[in-house]
Amino acid sequence: MTLEVRNAAFGYGKTPILKEVNLSVADNSVVTILGPNGVGKTTLLKCIMGFLKWHSGETLLDGKPVCGYSGKEFWKKISYVPQVKKSVFSYRVLDTVVMGLNTNQNFFAIPKQEDYEKAIKVINTVGAAKLADKYCDELSGGELQMVMIARALVSEPELLILDEPESNLDMKNQLCVLNMIEHISRDLQTSCLINTHFPNHALRISNQTLLLGYGDEKLFGNTPDLVTESNIRHFFSVYSKIVEFKVEEQYFRTIFPYKIDQGK
Amino acid sequence: MRSKQLTLKKQRSIVIILFFVLIAAFLFSICIGRYSISPVEAVKIIFSTISGNTEPLDPVKYSVVINVRLPRILMGILIGAGLACAGAAYQCIFGNPLVSPDILGVSSGAGFGAALGILVSAGVVLVESLSLLFGLLAVGLVLVISRVQKKSELFMLVLSGVIVSALFEALVSLIKYIADPQEKLPAIVIWLMGSLASSTYKDTAVAAAVITPCIIVTLLLRWKLNLLSLDEEEACSLGVNVGMLRMIFIIVSTLITAVSVSLCGIIGWVGLVIPHVGRLLVGNDHRALMPACVLLGGTYLLLIDGIARTMTAAEIPLSILTAIIGAPFFAYMLRKTTRR
Repeated sequence: MTLEVRNAAFGYGKTPILKEVNLSVADNSVVTILGPNGVGKTTLLKCIMGFLKWHSGETLLDGKPVCGYSGKEFWKKISYVPQVKKSVFSYRVLDTVVMGLNTNQNFFAIPKQEDYEKAIKVINTVGAAKLADKYCDELSGGELQMVMIARALVSEPELLILDEPESNLDMKNQLCVLNMIEHISRDLQTSCLINTHFPNHALRISNQTLLLGYGDEKLFGNTPDLVTESNIRHFFSVYSKIVEFKVEEQYFRTIFPYKIDQGK
Repeated sequence: MRSKQLTLKKQRSIVIILFFVLIAAFLFSICIGRYSISPVEAVKIIFSTISGNTEPLDPVKYSVVINVRLPRILMGILIGAGLACAGAAYQCIFGNPLVSPDILGVSSGAGFGAALGILVSAGVVLVESLSLLFGLLAVGLVLVISRVQKKSELFMLVLSGVIVSALFEALVSLIKYIADPQEKLPAIVIWLMGSLASSTYKDTAVAAAVITPCIIVTLLLRWKLNLLSLDEEEACSLGVNVGMLRMIFIIVSTLITAVSVSLCGIIGWVGLVIPHVGRLLVGNDHRALMPACVLLGGTYLLLIDGIARTMTAAEIPLSILTAIIGAPFFAYMLRKTTRR
């Protein structure tokens, strides 16, 4: 699976938001779209998935323009994990995860026993076995996020697109989501495209990063090359220090922001 | 919306129980009335009529059951089931539990058509046809108004529905204002309040021919309703053709409502409240909820109509009773089942 965005542009009305966006997701890789709030990260994802139409440029999936795919074909290869929100009608966790199998079913189908078995397996992989019979509106934000990931994984996609999956969670749940994404790319061999505003998270999980900034600034490349002190200052308007340390035989790099850059 | 946690097995048994409740309500309705008939006799009459052997039957009892009560009862079940089904589908696709089947203006349109027919002293068939025509026209108008860039957004649909409803309601008021207050005004007012009293086998056949297939389509697609109740982009990412499915449910629900309004007048409350009673019994999952709504809706309108025709010498319009009896019952159920 490869996904490529070529020279794409988008804007609401006449105000341009994204210009000349170039991005590619290779097989088996994790790509983050990193940038401060309000810079157009979610808009970019929506354009890639076709919810919004590019004004110019295109998205290619496996070398073929996305508009050449039928909805079903496209969503068989790609799964989307939206930002968590409460819905009006809530269903059982198990029934919610089974919804992820809809792409493989015909028009009048109703989920069968084997679909439920698949769903249970995936719920176990994301570590939510205890939640299977609960209702979604009884879950915490972290639990619900895991259920959403399970629903996206159950159809065995080739690419997972996640919209700020960790932004509203506490430390432990953030780690759960990050570990899950590592597991998905490493063990399930599924590529991931992730929106985030945490440089630390990009540094931790991604191979490539698209850095987005205000005023149509953007950089695409290998994450360690892009997430640097000077780029953080440039794109996030914050002075920071990148610290390396070793815990339990493992090296970590983390970014510590210490001062706002008043110049911007 | 909170609802009970139920296993699939439990949901299924509740739906089966509701089916038998409907059968019981059917028998009960056949037996009650000015001329009371025992359940055994009623069953005997129905079965011998089906088998074509009517000679040994008491002609009066036969006539009461077969000619007077049965068409009306069948009509009640059909309309109640249809309205509840349409209401549940609409609440789901609009993601709003306060929506009823006439949100897109079908009742106002159909009401105007009927009022117009009565005003020009048209015959029954013409009144019904005008009503159906204007009901469909109203929703057609809503779809046209709401369509921007080849797409109908939900909020545009709802707003267009409000606009078209307002227009047709004003036109109904205009007709009432100019109608002859001795004869036509009361006829219009009573018609608008809904009644099953004039149901004939011909009407029932028309209702069955339209409403049954619509209910079947909705039931066949009931799993898709779960997906449609999600956020639009979420549903789309699960491979759902949101636009097409939504249009199917809008067409099917509009047909149900338009036919029921054109044959029996405006029967409020069923489409709004029965889906909630259904959710309290079987939960939000539309796989169990839709069959439950169909059965509950049929039972509810059947019992309400039973009261309408037996309580007083003159018939009480249905819309009055559905609310007067339904409101306190619903309030009680809501309080009893919503803990915390």
